[in-house]
Amino acid sequence: MAIKHLAGVDINVNEEGYLTDSSQWTKDVAVAIAKEEGIDLTDQHWQVLEYLRKEVAENGKLPSIRRLTKSGVVDTKTLYRLFPDGPLKKATKIAGLEKPVSCV
Amino acid sequence: MAEEKIKKVSIVVSRGSLEGIYPGLIMANGARMEGIEANLFFTFFGLYAVLDKYMDKIRIATVGNPAMRVPDAKGLPLPTLLGALPGMSAFATWMMNRTMEKLDIPPVREFIEMISAAGGKLYACKATVDMFDLTVADFCPEVDKVLTVGEFYEMSAGAQIIFT
Repeated sequence: MAIKHLAGVDINVNEEGYLTDSSQWTKDVAVAIAKEEGIDLTDQHWQVLEYLRKEVAENGKLPSIRRLTKSGVVDTKTLYRLFPDGPLKKATKIAGLEKPVSCV
Repeated sequence: MAEEKIKKVSIVVSRGSLEGIYPGLIMANGARMEGIEANLFFTFFGLYAVLDKYMDKIRIATVGNPAMRVPDAKGLPLPTLLGALPGMSAFATWMMNRTMEKLDIPPVREFIEMISAAGGKLYACKATVDMFDLTVADFCPEVDKVLTVGEFYEMSAGAQIIFT
């Protein structure tokens, strides 16, 4: 575990950069993590991030890509365009959530 | 020094049973989820995974599989003779599909669409297409091209090749 200075505050992160305390997440933190990942957040990105946070808050676990793309928030092609090189991994990192553990 | 990350995989699907097809699809989709470039090459009976008319009818082989148990993975062994009973394969397939649905593992057609939308490329093997007397019209629209073995190797430059 490490402490990272993001968006003007100290945030607890694990060795891969995922937040270990989701309550420390703010929109500014999301923007800062996204920037490190080379992503400028647009409205479409925010819709995905908010859906993921809502799902975790309600169900206690991350949705799969399939569930996410069936929710009507985003389709598969767009998701891969918004978050290139590992969409769910990147989106959850930016959303201040855990790294996905599912195989699908 | 950390090992270099895998950048590209070519996955060969050579079998047409449910348990023959899914590992390749899961690995290809998983590759895309990790940002790894993925090419799927369907050959021999593996082609049934992308044959429009048959891809929704993929079944588990309940015969000749000594590891097969019923009603679940920790149940009683299913001898080949019983596995051959009418409806056994359909029933085992139904059970498996139900479990997979719960785990968010999609049916074959949806999985193929998902991999294609995720940027994975799908190819059919020319030798098998000729042998089975197939045409491009027999395939689902996600199949990008019919490839010779030579083209497959060319396309796999710099990739890890995985045979399933």
